[in-house]
Amino acid sequence: METLLYLIPVSLFLGGVGLVAFLWSLKHRQYEDLEGDANRILSDDWDKHPKP
Amino acid sequence: MSLAAPSLSACPACVAAPSAEDIASRAAEQKDAGIVLSLPTAHCAVCISDVERTLSAVPGVRSARVNLTLKRVSVAAEPRVTPGMLIERLDGIGYPAHELDPGLLSVTETDKRSRDLLMRLGVAGFAMMNIMLLSIAVWSGAEATTRDMFHWISALIALPTIAFSGQPFFASAWTSLKARRLGMDVPISLALILASAISLFETIEGGHHAYFDAAVSLCFFLLAGRYLDYRSRAVARSAAEELAALEVPRAVRIEEDEEKTVTIAELAVGDLVRVRPGARMPVDGVVTEGASEIDRSLLTGETLPVYAGQGSVVSAGEVNLTGPLTVRVTAAGKDSSLHRMADLVAVAENARTKYTSLADRMARLYSPSVHILAFSSFAVWMYLTGDLRLAVNIAAAVLIITCPCALGLAVPAVVTAASGKLFRKGFLIKDGTALERLAEVDTVVFDKTGTLTMGEPEPLGLMRHAPADLELIAALAGASAHPLSRALAMKLAAEGVRPARLQDLREVPGSGVEGTWNGAKVRLGRAEWLGAAPGARTATWFARGAAAPVELPFADSPRPGADVAVRGLLSAGKRVILLSGDAEAPVAALAGTLGIPEWSAGVRPEDKAARVAALTGEGHRVLMVGDGLNDTAALAGAHVSISPATALDAARTASDIVLLGQDLAPLSDALRIAVAARRRIKENFALSLAYNVVAVPVALIGLATPLLAALAMSTSSITVSLNALRLK
Repeated sequence: METLLYLIPVSLFLGGVGLVAFLWSLKHRQYEDLEGDANRILSDDWDKHPKP
Repeated sequence: MSLAAPSLSACPACVAAPSAEDIASRAAEQKDAGIVLSLPTAHCAVCISDVERTLSAVPGVRSARVNLTLKRVSVAAEPRVTPGMLIERLDGIGYPAHELDPGLLSVTETDKRSRDLLMRLGVAGFAMMNIMLLSIAVWSGAEATTRDMFHWISALIALPTIAFSGQPFFASAWTSLKARRLGMDVPISLALILASAISLFETIEGGHHAYFDAAVSLCFFLLAGRYLDYRSRAVARSAAEELAALEVPRAVRIEEDEEKTVTIAELAVGDLVRVRPGARMPVDGVVTEGASEIDRSLLTGETLPVYAGQGSVVSAGEVNLTGPLTVRVTAAGKDSSLHRMADLVAVAENARTKYTSLADRMARLYSPSVHILAFSSFAVWMYLTGDLRLAVNIAAAVLIITCPCALGLAVPAVVTAASGKLFRKGFLIKDGTALERLAEVDTVVFDKTGTLTMGEPEPLGLMRHAPADLELIAALAGASAHPLSRALAMKLAAEGVRPARLQDLREVPGSGVEGTWNGAKVRLGRAEWLGAAPGARTATWFARGAAAPVELPFADSPRPGADVAVRGLLSAGKRVILLSGDAEAPVAALAGTLGIPEWSAGVRPEDKAARVAALTGEGHRVLMVGDGLNDTAALAGAHVSISPATALDAARTASDIVLLGQDLAPLSDALRIAVAARRRIKENFALSLAYNVVAVPVALIGLATPLLAALAMSTSSITVSLNALRLK
């Protein structure tokens, strides 16, 4: 039963990391154009080197 | 670019000083124009890179980014880059584009609200998953201290989450309570607050049941519905409203030998206004100087340009085609014909806002019954057992179980799926209830010019003429910006006809173009000018020397897909009517080509609106499709209305759906999707009611557990969403 004392904080912490990541992506406008992003991976414009 | 960019520094020597140049360029950067264009045909990865590469290659453009979801491209460019230039470039590579008013403020505003909802949704989702994890332990038999500890941890997560994520519901419930109404959000807020309070009390007392998981997942599912609803409406609304206005808000006033640009509001009756060729009349008035031809198609639907000379009466909204005109103002602002038309629209729109959507009707039934149910269960259990704690617990369980999770998702999930489908077909839904109204349509009324036709003349049987004549026509037509001339020149260029070399080429405003070829006079222009009798159809005349003038007729080409759309509608059993302000001959011809059985020509704007009102009076549900100012009142008065993106601003504002592409073919498909969507919405209502029918009695007799509540809630929400996705 003592494992619960570790596991519950650990699970809450990991969930919290996910939440923070979500809020970060929201703030950096990662959800503005989902359809476009899905299509952009198919474009071979910047395959050789990243966009400067 | 061969020329060096103009230096912003004061003198050539200053260029040597990098800091000055640096500061200047930074200043220029701040003044960068943000241009937003709508790209109705963009749909894949190739489109993205084509558009971005083409636009980035335009000198002065700093960056271009396509948003495929909204079918828009945002361009950051120097002020010298105009939207017109970019639209031309995109046209060249086969992507038609329209300018959008960046209206930055409103965009960030809707942006902020939807991101706010998404953030609350994310927080609720996080909390829901963690609490569910703990709840599963409780449901599977955690006892005594362990259960209490899990309840406490759940409380620690749930209470702040409800306080944060529930705010949209609390705020809206509060406003409706202040207005003495019972909205959907009142029972929702009551359920959230009551469930949290009861669960906290039970946790403190060490009770068996805590509803934290139910409260948080309720919040999550409802927020998801709210977000979908908001998102689909905000996207459509902002795009439709931002399509750039065509109207001229300014006029050039002649003041004692000096021309001054003023706003229309500043004009008074009696002022003299100069209208350049290609410009729209800003006011109603009488021509005092100059001669020209006028295109009144947007006001009346007539395709034939009308001659205007001294003494001709002109109305605001007409387009001056060939020569500069000086107009004495007879009515401006509120009294002008443009404004009278807008008044008609306002009256018609007021009549339409009374439509209640399916969701509203449902909410009106739902709210009172839920309150009555919860309160009576409390009263009955209180009377039977006298146990306050038990009675409140049961009332809370009833509230949670009846809570409209599935109801909240039932409409938005379907509307989102349907408007996404329609958007890919080129239809932009501007109004939330437009889809439902579209489903009820049984009569479709079309306008002709610009709606069923492209509104652009196309020469008929031109290639029958002698090649030598064609070369002369090409040369004459190339000298004028008149739409008929442009159509001729474009057609001849496409056929590979090389223009002849003419001397003394000049345009006679209001009449035509003339020149000399091998000593003989050649002329292209109005019938009267060449001494011929004008016919009923749109035509220009060509005369070579003393020979008799030849008629060059034009027809307005039908919009692509118009025949498919009309056929589809007729075979779906809809009544199709063509109402046009144009003359009888072209209307009859088009009705014949497209197979429209009912048509009327020479219909005035008021008559169009009256006809739509009469049809409505007979119990028909009318879909009006139109683009001109003469259609606006009818558009606003119809049950539901569609206008093409090329329509006049007023027409687009008055209609519920904007057709972004050129093709009219998907129209009958759109009606089918709307009917299917309405059926799905009704099925969803039935589904969520069915869950209630099963679960509510269980809650009423006091057998509801948090597990049962969670199960009922999630299964009903998921079924409803899946049902929405079935939409084909």
